[in-house]
Amino acid sequence: MNEAGTEPGSKGLPAEKSDKVDKADNGYEGHKGIRGFRSRLISLTRKEIRQLLRDRSNLIIGIGLPLVLILIFGYGLSLDVRDAKVAVVLEDPSPVAADVIAGLELSAYISPVVVTSMHDAQRLMLAREVDAIVQVQSDFSRRLAAGNAQVQLLLHGSDASRALIIRSYVSSALSQWAQRQSDRGMVAGAGVGIAAPGSVTLIQRMWFNAANTSTWYLVPGLIVLIMTLVGAFLTAMVMAREWERGTLEALFVSPVRPTEILLAKIIPYFMVGMLGLGMCLLAARFLFEVPMYGSLLIVLVSSMLYLLVALGLGLLISSVTRNQFLASQLALITSFMPALMLSGFFFDLRNVPVVIHLIGNALPATYFMELIRTLFLAGNIWLLIFKNCAILAGYAVVLLGLARAVTRKKLD
Amino acid sequence: MLNFLRRIASLCRKELLAIFKDPANRVILVVPSLIESFLFGYAATYDLTNVPYALLDQSRGSASTELIAHLDGTGVFHRVAMLQTQGDIARVIDSGDALIVIQFGPRFEQQLNAGEFAPVQLILDARNSNTAGSAAIYVGAVIDSFNATLRGGTGPPLTVEPRAWYNPNLETRWNILPGLIASLSMIQTLMLSALSVARERENGTFDQLLVTPFSPTEVMIGKAVPIVMIGLTQSTIVLAVALFWFNIPMAGSLVTLYAGLGLFTIASVGMGLSISAVSANMQQAMLYTFMLIMPLVLLSGLATPVRNMPQFLQTATLINPLRFAIDLAQRVYLEGVGLLTVVHDLIPLLIISAITLPLAAWLFRNRLL
Amino acid sequence: MSGPAVALIANRVHKRFLVKETGKSTQAVADVSLEVQMGSLTALVGPDGAGKTTLLRMIAGLMTADEGRLDVLGIDVAADPQAVQDRISYMPQRFGLYEDLSVQENLDLYADLHGVPQAMRRNRYARLLKMTDLARFTARPAGKLSGGMKQKLGLACTLVRSPELLLLDEPTVGVDPLSRRELWEIVQQMIDDEQLTVLVTTAYLDEAEHCARVFVLQEGKLLAEGTPEEIRQHARNLCFIVTPPQGQPLRILQARLLDDADCIIDAVPYGGSVRFIRRAEVDPQRLDSLLGGIPATAVEARVEDGFMVLLRERHDVAPMDTAISKAAGGTKNGGNGEDNAKREPDEVVIEVRDLVRKFGDFIAVDHLSFSVRQGEIFGLLGPNGAGKTTTFRMLCGLLPATSGFLQVAGFNLLRARAVARRRIGYMSQKFALYGDLSVMENLEFFGSAYGLYGKRLRERIDTVMQQFDLEGREKSPSGQLPGGFKQRLAMAVGLLHEPEILFLDEPTSGTDPLKRREFWRRITALSEVGTTIIITTHFMEEAEYCDRIVIQDAGRLLALGTPQEVRMQAGGEGARLNMEEAFIRIIEQERRKNSESPAGEANP
Repeated sequence: MNEAGTEPGSKGLPAEKSDKVDKADNGYEGHKGIRGFRSRLISLTRKEIRQLLRDRSNLIIGIGLPLVLILIFGYGLSLDVRDAKVAVVLEDPSPVAADVIAGLELSAYISPVVVTSMHDAQRLMLAREVDAIVQVQSDFSRRLAAGNAQVQLLLHGSDASRALIIRSYVSSALSQWAQRQSDRGMVAGAGVGIAAPGSVTLIQRMWFNAANTSTWYLVPGLIVLIMTLVGAFLTAMVMAREWERGTLEALFVSPVRPTEILLAKIIPYFMVGMLGLGMCLLAARFLFEVPMYGSLLIVLVSSMLYLLVALGLGLLISSVTRNQFLASQLALITSFMPALMLSGFFFDLRNVPVVIHLIGNALPATYFMELIRTLFLAGNIWLLIFKNCAILAGYAVVLLGLARAVTRKKLD
Repeated sequence: MLNFLRRIASLCRKELLAIFKDPANRVILVVPSLIESFLFGYAATYDLTNVPYALLDQSRGSASTELIAHLDGTGVFHRVAMLQTQGDIARVIDSGDALIVIQFGPRFEQQLNAGEFAPVQLILDARNSNTAGSAAIYVGAVIDSFNATLRGGTGPPLTVEPRAWYNPNLETRWNILPGLIASLSMIQTLMLSALSVARERENGTFDQLLVTPFSPTEVMIGKAVPIVMIGLTQSTIVLAVALFWFNIPMAGSLVTLYAGLGLFTIASVGMGLSISAVSANMQQAMLYTFMLIMPLVLLSGLATPVRNMPQFLQTATLINPLRFAIDLAQRVYLEGVGLLTVVHDLIPLLIISAITLPLAAWLFRNRLL
Repeated sequence: MSGPAVALIANRVHKRFLVKETGKSTQAVADVSLEVQMGSLTALVGPDGAGKTTLLRMIAGLMTADEGRLDVLGIDVAADPQAVQDRISYMPQRFGLYEDLSVQENLDLYADLHGVPQAMRRNRYARLLKMTDLARFTARPAGKLSGGMKQKLGLACTLVRSPELLLLDEPTVGVDPLSRRELWEIVQQMIDDEQLTVLVTTAYLDEAEHCARVFVLQEGKLLAEGTPEEIRQHARNLCFIVTPPQGQPLRILQARLLDDADCIIDAVPYGGSVRFIRRAEVDPQRLDSLLGGIPATAVEARVEDGFMVLLRERHDVAPMDTAISKAAGGTKNGGNGEDNAKREPDEVVIEVRDLVRKFGDFIAVDHLSFSVRQGEIFGLLGPNGAGKTTTFRMLCGLLPATSGFLQVAGFNLLRARAVARRRIGYMSQKFALYGDLSVMENLEFFGSAYGLYGKRLRERIDTVMQQFDLEGREKSPSGQLPGGFKQRLAMAVGLLHEPEILFLDEPTSGTDPLKRREFWRRITALSEVGTTIIITTHFMEEAEYCDRIVIQDAGRLLALGTPQEVRMQAGGEGARLNMEEAFIRIIEQERRKNSESPAGEANP
């Protein structure tokens, strides 16, 4: 058996031996220079891609979760108030009261539900079947004649922004009615000679979001979230995993350089990130029909820049913690939550206190969020593009540089 | 019975020690929920507080000046630029310097004095359609009141008396923070419970536990109780921030709130332990949990109302414990309702617990390796 | 050779680690100077925590020495670690194979990283795969290989090119004797064929026999160095074997010898006899009475003997604690085996009939039948992947059986109520107590798990703390105890509730000879008081401690009986095999019978 075992080897052996003598001084040629770098990088990258593809949980987060998010954000989440149900209690049977209420019907945002008693209306409101109650009291027409009529508006405050919008729509419908009334009254009551004053009317134009739907601003923002998810959260685990599984120790004692290890991690996850981007872009275009006024090329370039920022952050976290659990928690706290909460994704940074505003402005996600929304909805605004791309590039350089600095081939 | 309790107590003690002896855990269990409740309390707002606007006044009359004075008087609108020509509009909007541009045409004053309709152009940057919509409404309200003053001192014949129940100033924060009481603790209880068994499996301690006389039910209770306690503690942290930092008055009773939260935390621990029992290792447990947390939080009604979702998603939220917990927390906190009123929230939570907890206990022993 | 003749020079190397908990630093490597010649096989031996791994890591450039200088292949490692790493190969203790990559992909990765030219690969791979016997498994994910195969693959990965220096850190830990032998054959062959320079650390001292030079480390310091012959010299004329009368278990005599530390340095069961090292200055009369008049035959010293003499004499390690003998007294309510009249000594406490366990199509345990009597030490042996662990887990009730009959203490533990499980103790292969909890907290928790509380719990904890020499460590976090302490704590936990049956899964894997002796002394003491012990091990000499053993391979039972009977089965009457030889022979016979392509490299 032993004899047989050496047979195939013994043929190649002399050659190897003489090689060895020649190369004893300089080691294998492949170690040196750009050729060694390239072949090691290709090999390591291939390894990473294989691992990525074989670990199902990675694919779930890298591809499954973006899909779920796209569907949820595209279909599930909407901040728009449409057809808000408002209970109308008409205690005054006079035609003028009915006329007041008729103004509400015209609004696209409100759908009045006429109920007979305040009691019923309150029951509906407690059950949250209506968002507000408009009450026209029995003395309405009498008091209107006296010039001090009131309409009660009760709002359910447990969704403040919705309540605010409903309040505005109801108030504006009613005050427009009152204005018409008073103009007519003035003309009738004050006799000739005095012209009724004119009135200011508002003509509003929504730039960049003609449909005025939250889907248009949520879906581009989703790209930021998904890039953060793949770049920071998923990548935060990869170096930590190697530390935990002890796979680095043998790898370190080889001609491989730390830069190559990092690059080999970046490349596959960069591709996953781009895949996520692709899914988002397709969904935005064909599923949700969000327009894209800016150039696709700039969208791609800026997304790549941000992806590098996220990858740098993820790798940095991963190399520092060397522990998957800690890394994932840290990635969640430092990248994903802020991207969701502080980048202007849901909540406009203009409305928050200064401190929060400053924190938001320190986040790369904020700049990418602004940029990607602009590119989608407004177009190529060059000043913004240059400024934000420069900031993102700066972050990418710093974070990747730090990640490189902390990745050392040392165990102590 | 006494022995049973003694065994459970010892399991709980072990679990708490194991969690809190790890310094990283101590930090992770307290700091994020504290920071997040502050951050979200301030950042999570749909209320408009600051609208930068640019003015393009081509009429240069007193009426437009007066109207602008009304606008500035609200404290929400801040003028950032005076524009000279139509062409400047794109610049200030594109760069994001101004959220809106208000434009008075050259004939504005004349039209108004002539008793005609005098149009004011409002151009909004709707990249964030939500903010833009609110700003438009605000401007509309200012113009309504300006129109009313035009008609002299007698005041309008009709006033609207708005009164908001449960949230008199209609602040988003009042809605968000009670919702956070449930959601922030859920994220951590799910993570903790999902990792607890997976970690023990990875360290081999689970085998050591299973060869002892503990029954799977006891092991399950021993794991659930400490995590429920931790979850409730986190809820308490958020509650304290809401009550004492943001001064949001609580209408309901603490007992009712905690009863509901307790049930909710048990349901989330049940879900977490079930994940834990089916995961081969910590990494899987973590990813599955994360995969679950995202839709649970997004489809809970915390950031956007459940009623705005399409019907099939609304149906899907029926298995989301957070949806019920947020409803419950908001109602008890803001509306002050009793347990009987929120019974429709409690029953689903009960059902979720009744399925997940026994499932987890069963999976502990019967999971096929 | 154009390179330097010396592969490695260490000059007064120091390395300290800071212990986080206490803030104190420990000296991992202290003032070590050594030289490794080119083209030689050198071993670093020493007990756990001697600093072997740290030294190797410093040589590999993974750690930096606090003081001193290390020159590897003529390069100062501290100054240019990369230059060293370009030229050496290193196989860490836990070789980090990428478990989701296949065997071939793992090999390719390392070949690429080391820049092995494509032209060279074909021959090299063919040879490596042949030597490691992995050719059939090239497409299999590394994670699905057995422990032995993983180690061989790890070694193959470090040998994808001929390194100028090969560092192996305990390459054979947790590997069965068959695979262990194969691993060494590979290394030996590479040395013969390619004049490889190898530095290996090991806890198996028989492995040091092959080496050109041996360095003995102890607590970070270099205790001795020399050729194996020079190490053996320390025990020259001190080694004997003695065969107890028929029917008497070896461990009785062995324990008696070990307990007399004044006369005896070491005693182990060996091929049906007891092999012992006496102290040089011992009184022959006293020794004679200790042996009970049985004649002792002088034998050649081995490296292990020299090592034991060195450690005991030079360092004066307290040999066996008297507490161990007390272990017996403390258990079983102060009584001993004979007093325990309730139980027949021959009563069957574990019965297994036709036990089968399948994982999908794979049959891990194939119609296994055996029974264990009360008070026996029963060994489960077999190569990696033979189904030992599966059997073990089924016995403990951690895994359901696919079919067959299984009873432990009258119950199937998987289904049994708490009462039944109270009768067994369990100690798993790797440390499986709560690492963050202190010693006391672990004891309290597991005590209460078994229904102990209050005064009774205190008493038991005090007893085991004393028995297992844990006093003074009550508050230490268990996970940070040194290896030996961890193992004793795990034993203490397993025995806290005085179980009738104790299950031990590879308890001695990766521990040094000193600790193994100590461990077995405790086990034999327990058995003396009637505790039944089921144990798995890879150290075949340890099978000699057992009353009966079973050898499994590929799920099937190959041999069952006393160590003597098993040796007979392997080699017939005349052959004087030791247990390891017997084991390898039985496995190979069986494999040859069953397969057209025999797995082992059977020596003619």
